[in-house]
Amino acid sequence: MHIATSPAFKDNAHAALANAGLQKALARSGPSFIARRAAAVAGLPEFETLRDTARDIKNHALANLDFYLEAYEAKVLESGGKVHWCADAEEARQAVLAICQAAGAKTVTKGKSMIGEEIAINDHLEQHGITPVETDLGEYIIQLRHELPSHIIAPAFHLNLEDWEDTFRKAHTDLPADRQFTERRDVLIEARTKLRSKFLAADVGITGANFLIAETGSSVIVTNEGNGDLTQTLPRVHIVLASIEKCVPTLEDATSLLRVLARSATGQDFSVYTTFSTGVRRAGDLDGPEEYHVVLIDNGRSAMLGTDFQEMLRCIRCAACMNHCPVYGAVGGHAYGWVYPGPMGSVLTPGLIGVDKAGHLPNASTFCGKCDSVCPVRIPLPKLMRHWREREFERHLSPAGQRTNLAIWAFFARRPGLYRLATRAAAFGMGLLGRKKGRFAKMPMAGGWTGGRDLPAPEGDTFFQRYAKAQRSGIGA
Amino acid sequence: MSKESILTAIRRGLKRGPLPGDQAAMLRGRLAQHPRHLIPARSQLAHAEQVALFVRNVEKEFGSVARVADLASVPGAVADYLGAQNLPSRAVMAPHPELRAIPWAERPLLDIREGRAEGSDAVSIQHGFAGIAETGTLMLPSSPERPVTLNLLADTEIVVLRASAVTGAYEEGWDRVRTEIGAMPRNVMFITGPSRSADIEQTLELGAHGPRRLHVVLVDDIQ
Repeated sequence: MHIATSPAFKDNAHAALANAGLQKALARSGPSFIARRAAAVAGLPEFETLRDTARDIKNHALANLDFYLEAYEAKVLESGGKVHWCADAEEARQAVLAICQAAGAKTVTKGKSMIGEEIAINDHLEQHGITPVETDLGEYIIQLRHELPSHIIAPAFHLNLEDWEDTFRKAHTDLPADRQFTERRDVLIEARTKLRSKFLAADVGITGANFLIAETGSSVIVTNEGNGDLTQTLPRVHIVLASIEKCVPTLEDATSLLRVLARSATGQDFSVYTTFSTGVRRAGDLDGPEEYHVVLIDNGRSAMLGTDFQEMLRCIRCAACMNHCPVYGAVGGHAYGWVYPGPMGSVLTPGLIGVDKAGHLPNASTFCGKCDSVCPVRIPLPKLMRHWREREFERHLSPAGQRTNLAIWAFFARRPGLYRLATRAAAFGMGLLGRKKGRFAKMPMAGGWTGGRDLPAPEGDTFFQRYAKAQRSGIGA
Repeated sequence: MSKESILTAIRRGLKRGPLPGDQAAMLRGRLAQHPRHLIPARSQLAHAEQVALFVRNVEKEFGSVARVADLASVPGAVADYLGAQNLPSRAVMAPHPELRAIPWAERPLLDIREGRAEGSDAVSIQHGFAGIAETGTLMLPSSPERPVTLNLLADTEIVVLRASAVTGAYEEGWDRVRTEIGAMPRNVMFITGPSRSADIEQTLELGAHGPRRLHVVLVDDIQ
C-alpha cells in the first residue's frame, strides 16, 4: 500500500504553496482545463439533460449492482475470459501476481489505472521480480520519479518541461548526453521510441476500465495516446483491473456516459481511442490476447452502498471537480496525500483509508459548490464532504479548540435573539476598531486566517439589519 | 469465495436479498432491448449532411479526408496522399474482401502486403466499418479481415470508408454491429483523429504511441 500522507494535509498544503515549480504548473494548466470544458459544453445543447441521464444510468446500475455483475460475469465467461472477484487490495494483488506468474511474465506493460494505484500493484509485481512498465506518458514519468499521480487524468500535472528533461536524462542513460530538449515534442518522441520496444516485448498487458458492460461482458478504456490499446492488444495475456461500481447495463448506457465523460474531462467531444474489449482472440483473428482476465475489486465500495456516500459510487473519474476546485488549484494533488485528490478524493479517501487518517480532506473545501456544478453525474460533493465532517465530529476526531469554538457557536445559533445581539455588537466593535485601515493584520483566535491574509473589518450593519432595511424599503420584496 | 461475500455485501448495502424473479426478468428485458437514451440533435440530419458533418469533424480532430468517386479511384488517392506526405509507398492492408477487390495493380509502385501490422510497418490501410458523424469518429470492430494492430502500430493509418457507412450517432453504429455482425466482436475501436498527448504541461502534441496521421479515403458510393 502507498503510505498515505493525508494526516499531514496542512503541512503538505503549506509546502505546496511554497513550491515554485508546482505553482508554475498550476498557474499554467488550471485555467486551460476550465476553458476547454466550457467550450465543449457550449457545443452540445443537450449537455445538462445528458448529465441527468448519466446520473440516472449510474443510479440504476448501483441499485441492481449484484444482478448486473453476475450478468456481466456470465458474458465474460461466454467470450472466453475469466473474472476474479477480489474483496480487497491484497486479494487483487495476489490475483494479478498469480496470473502473471502462470504466464511466466518478466515484463508487464500497463495502461493508466487509478485502481492500480489504489492497490499499489506496481510495487507488488516488482517485489516478485516482475517489471511493470507504465505506458501512459504521464504515468511513465511518474513511475521514473517514484511519485504518485497528482491528478486522476493528468498524472504529471505538477511537472514542467525542465522536470521532464531532467528525469529523462537521468533515466535514459543509453541515449547521447548532448541531445537537445528544446520543445515538448522532443520529450514525446523520446518516450514513444523508448516505449515502443516495451509494448512489443511485454508478456502481459494490464489496463483499467472506465466501464464494464453487463450486456456484452466488455471492458471499456478511453485514451488519447493509444497506449492502452497497445497494452491490451499486443501481449498474450490481458488483465483488466476494475472496481465493482464500473459496471453498467448496456452499450447504449455506456455510450451515453461517454458523451459526458470526455467533455467533462479534457473538453474533447470524444477521446481519440474509445475501445470495447470482449474476451479472447477469436478463431481466425490475426491479433489480440489469448487470455483475458478481469480482476474485479470491491475494496470498500460495497460498504458505501446504502450509506450517505452511495452517490460517490456514480463517479466516472473525469476530474472536472478537481479542475474547477480553488483548493486543488492552490495546492495541487500531492498535498491530499493519497491516490485520489480534489473534491472527489476528499469524499472517497476517508471512505477507503478511514476518516481518522483523511479527516483533513473534507475540511479542505471552501464549499463554493463549483465541483457540484460541473460533475457529469451530479454527485453532491460538498454535501458528502459535510457528512464526513459530521462523522469526524461525532467520533471526536476534530481538534479540541475547533470543538470548543463550534460548541460556543452552537450555543448562540440555538438562541437567535442572542445571536443577533452578539453579531451586532461584534460587527459594531470590530468596525470601530478597524475603521482606519479597513482591515486587521492580526486578530485573536483567528491567527489561522490572518497568518496568510488580512481580515476585512465589518462595515456597519449585520446581514440581518441590512435585510430588514431592504424589506422595509421594498427592495427585497 | 470472495464472489459470494461481495454479492452479499452489496445486497446488505442495498437492504435486500437477491432480486425477486419478476424484477430480475425486467432487468433481463432491459438488457435484451438495450433502450437508447437522448441522442444529440446535431447528427440527426439528411445523409449527405451527415457525411459533410463527419468530414468536418475528422478535420477538426486533426485527421484528413480525401473523397473519391468509386473504389477504383482508391489506389490513386492512396498513392497521392503518400507522395504528398513524402511517405514510402509500402503499406500493410487489412485482408478484407472489399479492399482486396480494389484494383491495386493499376498502381504498380504501391507495394502492399496483407495481414496484421508489425512494429516496423510505416503505413497501414484499414477497412472502415462505420463513420460516426456526431464527432468524426471511425468505428472499427475487429475480425480476421480487420486486425486491430492496423489501428495502432503504423505511423500513418489510412482508412477506406464508404460514404454509405457514415451514420449519425454511435447508437446507429451499435445497431449495425448487432444486425450485421451479431455477437459482440472481440474488440471495437472508436477512433477520433490521430494519437496525441497533453501530458507534458497540459499542451496538446500529436503523435503519441499510436499513429501520427489518420487519413480517411471516403468513397462516394451513393448516387
